[in-house]
Amino acid sequence: MSVYIDKNTKVIVQGITGSTALFHAKQMLEYGTQIVGGVTPGKGGTEVEGVPVFNTVEEAVKSTGANASVIYVPAPFAADAIMEATDSEMDIAICITEHIPVQDMIKVKRYMEGKKTRLVGPNCPGVITPDECKIGIMPGYIHKKGHVGVVSRSGTLTYEAVHQLSEAGIGQSTAVGIGGDPVNGTDFIDVLKAFQEDDDTEAVIMIGEIGGTAEEEAAEWVKSNMDKPVVGFIGGRTAPPGKRMGHAGAIISGGKGTADEKIRVMNECGIGVAETPSVMGETLIDVLKKNDLYDKCKTH
Amino acid sequence: MNIHEYQGKQIMRDFGVAVPNGHVAYNVDEAVEAAEKLGSDVTVVKAQIHAGGRGKAGGVKIAKSLDDVRTYAEELLGKTLVTHQTGSEGKEVKRLLIEEGCDIQNEYYVGLVLDRNTSRITMMASEEGGTEIEEVAEETPEKIFKEVIDPVTGLTPFQARRLAFNINIPKESLSKAVKFMLGLYDVFVKKDCSIAEINPLVTTGDGEVLALDSKLNFDDNALFRQKDIADLRDLDEEDPKEIEASKYDLSYIALDGDIGCMVNGAGLAMATMDTIKHYGGEPANFLDVGGGATTEKVTGAFKLILSDENVNGIFVNIFGGIMKCDVIAEGIVAATKEVGLTLPLVVRLEGTNVKEGKRILEESGLNITSADSMANGAQKIVELVK
Repeated sequence: MSVYIDKNTKVIVQGITGSTALFHAKQMLEYGTQIVGGVTPGKGGTEVEGVPVFNTVEEAVKSTGANASVIYVPAPFAADAIMEATDSEMDIAICITEHIPVQDMIKVKRYMEGKKTRLVGPNCPGVITPDECKIGIMPGYIHKKGHVGVVSRSGTLTYEAVHQLSEAGIGQSTAVGIGGDPVNGTDFIDVLKAFQEDDDTEAVIMIGEIGGTAEEEAAEWVKSNMDKPVVGFIGGRTAPPGKRMGHAGAIISGGKGTADEKIRVMNECGIGVAETPSVMGETLIDVLKKNDLYDKCKTH
Repeated sequence: MNIHEYQGKQIMRDFGVAVPNGHVAYNVDEAVEAAEKLGSDVTVVKAQIHAGGRGKAGGVKIAKSLDDVRTYAEELLGKTLVTHQTGSEGKEVKRLLIEEGCDIQNEYYVGLVLDRNTSRITMMASEEGGTEIEEVAEETPEKIFKEVIDPVTGLTPFQARRLAFNINIPKESLSKAVKFMLGLYDVFVKKDCSIAEINPLVTTGDGEVLALDSKLNFDDNALFRQKDIADLRDLDEEDPKEIEASKYDLSYIALDGDIGCMVNGAGLAMATMDTIKHYGGEPANFLDVGGGATTEKVTGAFKLILSDENVNGIFVNIFGGIMKCDVIAEGIVAATKEVGLTLPLVVRLEGTNVKEGKRILEESGLNITSADSMANGAQKIVELVK
């Protein structure tokens, strides 16, 4: 078991003929991901990296039976690409593209209401179930198959956490990057819920950052609904108010969204928060030991 | 992106949203000329800087004659205004808005923001106009009314009416207030705003509903389709280093410390600052070089960091995922040589092609301290800048 994606997931790449998409399509294929097709309007009928290209998502799904899409379409057209994937009833659409206008995403969220497709992202590194399926831009080799779920708003900080875990012999069930935008698809609570229900996940590491109140809400949810241990980290303790720290959603405004407030609520809800990003792995291992889960999670 | 009040009001005027008549002036003569053109009994002279709190800082003057206008314009132009939003260094006034005075009856607040919890735009209104909305939210939250807007319908008239009734807009001005709110929402959506704040919105003696102030911010990610807004960018109002950073497509924010940071990824960049602080150092900046750093980009980043004279050392923290460590190492070596770096430099490389990257740094013969983790690197640079 795992969360959202596994070895049976059949993936199409929207925008596959673009250089970034093509590079990552190759990386995903090398990792063993089943990339069954690509979509670039006007390039249907051609082939790249041995993968057939279609004009529309609908056509790609009909021909290949794909149930997942990864989107590398440039920002001005990305919202439309997400809606196209939704229209074709994909199980999951993972949008890597950053800099999508907020108002486009507001419309996308409204469009997706009541529809089947789960959106992950945008502005995210993607989702990986180690040794089975990698969808996104994360470096595959740092991951190790195992029992810790990872959920994060940041890309490189996720790599940092995963790297620390793998080095310490702690594998991951699935790592989900939910992205750094203020309006996104899957949120912390969605992923935590999935990890709680996943037989293969024993503990979770949740990485947040300044801006908004998603971490606080997730912490409250954990307190009332989760019996698996959760540890966390919040980036941006030293960030000044009123400045967007790279991610569109990472901003302290009107006194809201500070790291200290998030950490306070997480601690109150029983989530151990790593003091520095360098001890995310250690913090998790301590909690695993306390819960008698260390031996089960340690891969040899 | 921010714009000036007078620019915001012009946009609102173009959309039929009521604002007082007014003109921008860059010098004293233009100010007097503008007041003459307006021909009103009372004229307001308003300093135009990208910061709130101008009234309290003495940046808004009421003139009763053309001579008054001249006096105030002379006083304000070139003056450095210090408000709670400018920081202690303040901002120099280079433009004025010369505006018709009006007979204010009541002051209200109307604002539009993105509500992250619902992923919808929300209109907020309050009868406590003229005060900071954060203050109202803190002290009398029951006086703030909200309407969450469905993007399919947009703000509906009944929602605008409900807000207008809730904040006690006088009956005779009600339909004008509703029209104002609907118009403001229209501006927000069509111009890709991220914030629209009207504080105060006023009702006047003759029943008009007008925006006395206007704060419009725009979504940077949407500027590609809002060329006219992008043209309103006033570089005088921005940090020169942040302008330089945008040329290299770097995400940079100046801070007060002495340790320059260069990191890939926004989350890791914030975490690196936090780690430096944890070990007793002070970061000089936030700098995310992004995913596709080239030698030019790294050189640009180095120059930018070094243009801050408080910097006494640099910490480079890279977790190469798609970005390969050998490429970044070559960039570091080239940049170090090009800028003739003499300050301590600590580099932590991890991820794709890390061995190759470390070898390049070692063989460069440059004085680079290498670190094997983020914590280790932060400790080393904190020690070196002491």
